[in-house]
Amino acid sequence: MTTAILEMRGITKEFPGVKALNNVTFSVKRGEIHCLVGENGAGKSTLMKVLSGVYPHGSYTGEIGFAGQVQQFRGIRDSERAGIAIIYQELALVPELTVYENIFLGNEVRKGALIDWNETIKRATQMLAKVRLDVNPEAKIKDLGVGKQQLVEIAKALSRDVKLLILDEPTAALNEGDSANLLDLLRGLRDQGVTCILISHKLKEVIAIADSVTVLRDGQTICTLDAHEGEVSEPILIKHMVGREIEQIYPPREHKQPGAVVLEVRDWSAYSPSLGRQVLRNVSFTLRKGEIVGFAGLMGSGRTELALSIFGNSPNYRIEGELQLKGEPRQLRRPSDAIAAGIAYVTEDRKGNGLILIQDVKQNITLANLRALAQRSVIDANAEVKIANEYRTTMNIKTPSVEQRVSNLSGGNQQKVCLSKWLFVKPDVLILDEPTRGIDVGAKYEIYTLMNSLVDQGMSIVMISSELPEVLGMSDRVYVVASGRITGELSVSEATPEKIMELATN
Amino acid sequence: MMSGKTEAQASGSFMQDLSKVLRQNIRDYGMYIALFVIMVIFAITTNGIFLSPRNLSNLLNQTGYIAVLAVGMTLVIVIRHIDLSVGFLAGFLGAVAAIALVQWGLPTLFVIPLVLGLGALAGLITAFPIAQLGIPSFVASLAGWLIYRGMLQLATEGTGTIIIPDAAFNAIGNGFIPDVPLGGPFEQIHSLTLLLGIIAIGLFIYNDLNSRKKKIAYGFEVLPTAIFALKLIFISGIVGWITWVLANFNGLSWTVVVMLLVVGIYHFITTSTVLGRHIYAVGGNPEAAELSGISVKRITYIVFGSMGMLSALSGILFASRLQSATTTAGTLFELDAIAAAYVGGVSAAGGVGRVTGSIIGALVMTSLTSGMNLMGVGISYQYIVRGVVLAAAVIFDVATRRAAR
Ligand SMILES: Nc1ncnc2c1ncn2[C@@H]1O[C@H](COP(=O)(O)OP(=O)(O)OP(=O)(O)O)[C@@H](O)[C@H]1O
Ligand SMILES: [Mg+2]
Repeated sequence: MTTAILEMRGITKEFPGVKALNNVTFSVKRGEIHCLVGENGAGKSTLMKVLSGVYPHGSYTGEIGFAGQVQQFRGIRDSERAGIAIIYQELALVPELTVYENIFLGNEVRKGALIDWNETIKRATQMLAKVRLDVNPEAKIKDLGVGKQQLVEIAKALSRDVKLLILDEPTAALNEGDSANLLDLLRGLRDQGVTCILISHKLKEVIAIADSVTVLRDGQTICTLDAHEGEVSEPILIKHMVGREIEQIYPPREHKQPGAVVLEVRDWSAYSPSLGRQVLRNVSFTLRKGEIVGFAGLMGSGRTELALSIFGNSPNYRIEGELQLKGEPRQLRRPSDAIAAGIAYVTEDRKGNGLILIQDVKQNITLANLRALAQRSVIDANAEVKIANEYRTTMNIKTPSVEQRVSNLSGGNQQKVCLSKWLFVKPDVLILDEPTRGIDVGAKYEIYTLMNSLVDQGMSIVMISSELPEVLGMSDRVYVVASGRITGELSVSEATPEKIMELATN
Repeated sequence: MMSGKTEAQASGSFMQDLSKVLRQNIRDYGMYIALFVIMVIFAITTNGIFLSPRNLSNLLNQTGYIAVLAVGMTLVIVIRHIDLSVGFLAGFLGAVAAIALVQWGLPTLFVIPLVLGLGALAGLITAFPIAQLGIPSFVASLAGWLIYRGMLQLATEGTGTIIIPDAAFNAIGNGFIPDVPLGGPFEQIHSLTLLLGIIAIGLFIYNDLNSRKKKIAYGFEVLPTAIFALKLIFISGIVGWITWVLANFNGLSWTVVVMLLVVGIYHFITTSTVLGRHIYAVGGNPEAAELSGISVKRITYIVFGSMGMLSALSGILFASRLQSATTTAGTLFELDAIAAAYVGGVSAAGGVGRVTGSIIGALVMTSLTSGMNLMGVGISYQYIVRGVVLAAAVIFDVATRRAAR
């Protein structure tokens, strides 16, 4: 049990203007669950991409020893063949294909030149049993929730006889039940001899599951801790990650007397023609000036749909109900109407519909409010750079320059670009959909502090979050959503995790 | 124009700087280099005829009607669509212009805006099923291809080729800007062309120096001084040389003036305005653009409308050049325009591509035709060579993009 399956020595990886990894040493023992933690942009994902051959041998310096051999992977295929499987921050399944097709995609079960579909389905069923996922293998991926998709990804990895399984923030998009389920599964796999590397910003789960933890900071290995020696706790991890101690996770929040009603939604129902079902039923809620209202609930409960339907209804739902802004009934037909009315929506899916990945940081930050930078429709390029640099400083975005493409930023820093973009719109109502997904502890604290100062300045915030501690720590009031309905409203003093979970599951 | 980015690191020797700048910006400079290489090759294989004033002047005039299409096509491809209908739309609208001039007896100054308007309308009609119903643009514009081909044949059915006797109209494709007689040493030289060329170079140098100064004042990265100077000299040299060659012939043609205006306007729109940024945002990620308050539908209409208008312009340039409208006008223009856009660095994945690049792409494609014609290469081989160049351009694009990761 104590021999190393993986030894990465002296790994250095540079991008133009950034040294993402600087002489990193990383060693993983056979059969353990090894967690990799660090701030946004510390180099965790990059290290895993070096390991899995996404960055081929020669594009970095240093040495990789895996399963007793020095490895020089030229691509992902090489590392897959050696028994390494990586599940990325963003899932890589084909939504239109079925579960079994996805599991064996690129690794088809052949009979001669043809695919043996019967055998494929049989084996897929076995794999699904292994990850304890109870779905029809013939279901399409797009009909599954994120949690189940995650398990399909793991089933896919297992179908290739994997020795080392790497998961990059697998639980970022999962609710607590699904997360616990996934962690359980990883423990089971460990008992069957699969070694596992897990990247996560959720320190609680790191502590719950890790055999060892390695901390990266600014592209360097800070330390590797052995959980069985009892040296791992949240404060210790945070101290190693950020280089100083952070006493609180949530900044103090005084619950002031809220102001007048800013946004009121009444009997709001939405039918989705493309999904062919009702996504929202008779939702009513209010939001007051200077208030943070939390929306709790399980994944897929309809909170994002609610936000999108209010924010100009981009999914083209058929909507019934009334929406009032500052006491006036309004019809917001397009996102541009909503923006003009003073609403901003920070999406939960930053890569899918938040950012323009091929454009640079400044273009993304200014996109939703270009007119503020333009005179007679001509953009003032210098003012744009200046604005972008201001947000880079205040939001602490880690990037060599605002001319860097956002696809080159780490996940957490991309999230900060998204936030900056909507702050630049200077809205009255800010809808945050999972605002701290994939964000490190230090940056979370910064974002919470920012939220506090925004409401102090008179903004009103709707915070959709699947992290109960966050909902409880930041909200003035909490609505619980389940199956497209609001099942309860709690003031912060009466809200408890138990009550919320009960309302969320009924 | 060419732009460069470098890191603000301690600059090494000149050659190191140069190779670094070239490597980092190879995607931007690639087609300029390709054009340069092609011109040198033809200069050698045709014993210099290729670079003769007459041939260069002709080459630029032939590029005109493809270049304006390529500019419009660039934006269409940037927003992840394609428009196959532009060739026959150009041919049909050229015939409409001829009929309006010849049969209806309308004046040129009225016919040109009319035809441009009809073109824009046709573009909006193509955009309707695409924007409103989500029909793939390939299919919608293929329908347009068939319809406009039919309409072109209908329009020219009775008369066959329509000869256009209107001198003003024909000047667009064949005429040159007037000269200012200066006499003396300028007797043989088209002095207005020379003057415009010198003004253009002056403006270019002034602009570049100015923006460099501003960037330095803001503390942004700039090219190393020696490289910057080289770039200025190189571009001024090329513009100066072309001006000199043209001034020694008939001067600047109206076609080139039109082409330069179109590129100038579109370059400005795409790089400096809110509309331009919105177009590239829609191309980069339509969902994100929509959620940022940009109407993807509106952008689709605008881009196809502009494509239709430029198709009309292309049709006018072509009819004017031939001084007639023919039953086959516009055949394969769409493919030349698409090829020019790809050679010029547009990416099929959307959100990437410059109109200046597409003009260079158009020049590459017409240079190939012109050079091979001079060499007496058979038409079948010409198609093959152009196909190979197109494939090479796209492979180069993909390869440099991968290397840039
Ligand atoms: N392709 C790239 N080009 C340029 N810089 C890059 C590229 N990929 C990553 N970087 C930079 O390397 C650093 C490390 O990024 P990485 O994605 O490994 O961070 P991370 O630890 O995974 O962070 P997060 O927790 O936010 O996901 C960051 O500063 C990032 O901007
Ligand atoms: Mg990461």
